[in-house]
Amino acid sequence: MPYLGSEDVVKELKKALCNPHIQADRLRYRNVIQRVIRMSKLDQWGQAEVLNFLLRYQPRSEEELFDILNLLDSFLKSGSPGVVMGATKLFLILAKKFPHVQTDVLVRVKGPLLAACSSESRELCFVALCHVRQILHSLPGHFSSHYKKFFCSYSEPHYIKLQKVEVLCELVNDENVQQVLEELRGYCTDVSADFAQAAIFAIGSIARTYTDQCVQILTELLGLRQEHITTVVVQTFRDLVWLCPQCTEAVCQALPGCEENIQDSEGKQALIWLLGVHGERIPNAPYVLEDFVENVKSETFPAVKMELLTALLRLFLSRPAECQDMLGRLLYYCIEEEKDMAVRDRGLFYYRLLLVGIDEVKRILCSPKSDPTLGLLEDPAERPVNSWASDFNTLVPVYGKSRWATISKCHGAERCGPELPKTSSFAASGPLIPEENKERVQEVPDSGTLMLVPNLQLTADYFEKTWLSLKVAHQQVLPWQGEFHPDTLQMALQVVNIQTIAMSRAGARPWKAYLSAQDDTGCLFLTELLWKPENSEMQISVKQNETRTETLKSFISVLETVIGTIEEIKS
Amino acid sequence: MISQFFILSSKGDPLIYKDFRGDSGGRDVAELFYRKLTGLPGDESPVVMHHEGRHFIHIRHSGLYLVVTTSENVSPFGLLELLSRLATLLGDYCGSLGEGTISRNVALVYELLDEVLDYGYVQTTSTEMLRNFIQTEAVVSKPFSLFDLSSVGLFGAETQQSKVAPSSAASRPVLSSRSDQSQKNEVFLDVVERLSVLIASNGSLLKVDVQGEIRLKSFLPSGSEMRIGLTEEFCVGKSELRVSLFPGYGPGIRVDEVSFHSFVNLDEFESHRILRLQPPQGELTVMRYQLSDDLPSPLPFRLFPSVQWDRGSGRLQVYLKLRCDLPLKSQALNVRLHLPLPRGVISLSQELSSPEQKAELAEGALRWDLPRVQGGSQLSGLFQMDVPRPPGPPSHGLSTSAPPLGLGPASLSFELPRHTCSGLQVRFLRLAFRPCGNANPHKWVRHLSHSDAYVIRI
Repeated sequence: MPYLGSEDVVKELKKALCNPHIQADRLRYRNVIQRVIRMSKLDQWGQAEVLNFLLRYQPRSEEELFDILNLLDSFLKSGSPGVVMGATKLFLILAKKFPHVQTDVLVRVKGPLLAACSSESRELCFVALCHVRQILHSLPGHFSSHYKKFFCSYSEPHYIKLQKVEVLCELVNDENVQQVLEELRGYCTDVSADFAQAAIFAIGSIARTYTDQCVQILTELLGLRQEHITTVVVQTFRDLVWLCPQCTEAVCQALPGCEENIQDSEGKQALIWLLGVHGERIPNAPYVLEDFVENVKSETFPAVKMELLTALLRLFLSRPAECQDMLGRLLYYCIEEEKDMAVRDRGLFYYRLLLVGIDEVKRILCSPKSDPTLGLLEDPAERPVNSWASDFNTLVPVYGKSRWATISKCHGAERCGPELPKTSSFAASGPLIPEENKERVQEVPDSGTLMLVPNLQLTADYFEKTWLSLKVAHQQVLPWQGEFHPDTLQMALQVVNIQTIAMSRAGARPWKAYLSAQDDTGCLFLTELLWKPENSEMQISVKQNETRTETLKSFISVLETVIGTIEEIKS
Repeated sequence: MISQFFILSSKGDPLIYKDFRGDSGGRDVAELFYRKLTGLPGDESPVVMHHEGRHFIHIRHSGLYLVVTTSENVSPFGLLELLSRLATLLGDYCGSLGEGTISRNVALVYELLDEVLDYGYVQTTSTEMLRNFIQTEAVVSKPFSLFDLSSVGLFGAETQQSKVAPSSAASRPVLSSRSDQSQKNEVFLDVVERLSVLIASNGSLLKVDVQGEIRLKSFLPSGSEMRIGLTEEFCVGKSELRVSLFPGYGPGIRVDEVSFHSFVNLDEFESHRILRLQPPQGELTVMRYQLSDDLPSPLPFRLFPSVQWDRGSGRLQVYLKLRCDLPLKSQALNVRLHLPLPRGVISLSQELSSPEQKAELAEGALRWDLPRVQGGSQLSGLFQMDVPRPPGPPSHGLSTSAPPLGLGPASLSFELPRHTCSGLQVRFLRLAFRPCGNANPHKWVRHLSHSDAYVIRI
């Protein structure tokens, strides 16, 4: 079957984008674009393809840019989400230098995105939510008035609920905080433990801004006395106290009684940490820790024991009378009976520290109890739209930035090949070389017939022996001015598969380096670089284990190129 | 672009497998997908998955998995749209989409895929265009009979309860054998609204959201023009206030946003609220609209809960009164109330106001089924449960009269046949087409509202 929807269109567009004559003539160019965009047969797939192609085009002038935007404006109103998102992406990228245009486009795409978020198709809904989050990173207030659209309903699948909770805690502001928190509180008692915990963590992150309300809700949740809730609440408290010291008092009042409902390692660690650091404000802190000390033999998590040691020592500093006895017991246990080496070492360390004297212990252990600046570090400032515009309407927001990084890393490793610097003029000159061809072009080796084997393993001993047994096959002097950066050289040589066996440290005079390489026939090249600053020249001596002048020549030329390049970069 | 496309049954059996580019894997990719899907941790989304340089993107449609794989960073919106379009297309050609119909029509499905996608690129998805290339005829399981029309259901709405039997009238292939011409002249027009509501515990309305669609399934020969007349008072946007033609009949019917299919001719929309279009055969979404926060008609349901909790004995008594505020003639079907209960509730005793209702405990929640609720009626249920006392001393933070945490909110799901919450109605459906055969075309215009997110806080 012929290419019904799109082929003519794409051909036409390619012609327009590749032909400098058409581009030079603004009117003619505009006509072509117009014809392409208005092509009657263009279905939604064709439109999406056109938008994709236009991404590669870089308008020459502002006027031209706004021309294109005007022509494409109708695509933003399309009924198909694929086309709308494609157009949005194109607008965002074209209007790189016009933030107000970008904001305007994002306002216009709000409607379609929100519609997709409440769409009947869960998959579409999920993808739209991921994009909403992406936009919120740059424009935190963008969806705040629509917060109700992101309330969860019980019939939704888990992954949508989690996304919605994330969105809710990102769009919270003074006006909607009350309603959002009320909604989130409902989720905390959800049947699904995972979802409940996600909601609690969300409240925790809102608490960084709206501390009082959130701490109150979290405190109420402790009253449920359910294991999976209590442990997460206590962890949230720990993080919160660290970032927002003003809520310490409230947290300390809420803590008593929690210990009965915590079984898992994370929760125990958080509770013990809190008791240790803020123990002087919690009346029964020593008694809670005493319980932990008494049961330390049956404790399965080494991390909890470590936390317990530190916490008890801290508490000992503020309330010595109540803690001395059990600290002794705990240290005794850790040193004499504990099998986990890390815990034992920690015990020994504290024991010796105590021997030095109490003032020393205080100096070392009493670090600051909170660090509000960390909060600023943790949520980075608003990211500019341009940082993610090229990821819009791709899989990146769907996977999330960090997962995408790991995916593309292992993806990139599969198709390894020398990475040449990208020609930056590619987009501007606009040759539409298909992706596959480009790669093939790059893979052609540029060092002639010589193929050096990567990852050659040669010991220094072996090198020394061979070096001494061979005669110098070639010697040459290259000009070299100024200082030397051995690391740069080593890296550059690595790229062309020449290994460095040994080199003098930077700044040594004269400076020497020994290099080795092997080509695919097994021929070894051993090289000595000798730099004498007084003559400002570099002497190269190459030895070869088989005498072959052809390969020797190409090897020398590779070496010359590398050294020449570094010389250039330096100057 | 798209490397592979396959369809899996709900149990993971591959029904259809097609490799477009031959660049990756083999048939076992389908199996791999299913293994990944079932082994996914709960908090990760299955929509897009990754395995060794290959992305799986899928949708679930009528119990089937429609999956594409690709190795490029493609537009997720575009691909999802393509998948749902493929689902509609397969539905058009095979009658309805389902495990049975797909496995009966394997040849037809492969033929369709061959035409729709070439080397992983979309060529066309228009039913009309494809008709010229498709030779295989659909195999339908049972012969179509007009008697089935008595239980005409909806072809489009994926309602939670499909107790309204899927209409066999609408679920037949578009291109049924060319001999039985008599059946061909039918057209189905559905106005389907999805309602999501949130009501606060004091009864005030926090959120209303209506997503509406006008869907058309046409069996008429293509090219025949039709005109759809909507309610005259219909207006779009907040600013546009259309003066009612009949003053005193209340405010106009208003929606926030409307989008139309590109086939729709809007010449008469401004003046008379008439949509003109020449639909191709098959299914088509003519119009989509949204309305939030401002509903002209009263909400269909009100729930009056009263909760008594004796903290000492752990006895929890929930009395629910459900009032249906629909017009007297209307009714709601398949009403189900879902009320999460505090942890650990085991026993339930119930007193229900009528025998056809049913209530049971399921997954830590109370489920109350009401098969049919007449407009204007009021139903009630009294439920008594034992809540195990939380261990330890009573917590000081809570007053004893407050309901226990973990109770509620209640969510309702229901269907309202012949009712639209926005008030939008199709006034008429006129066909310019003069049938050459013996029969006038059958026109079916149906209205339905349904909801699976009608949440009432307690």
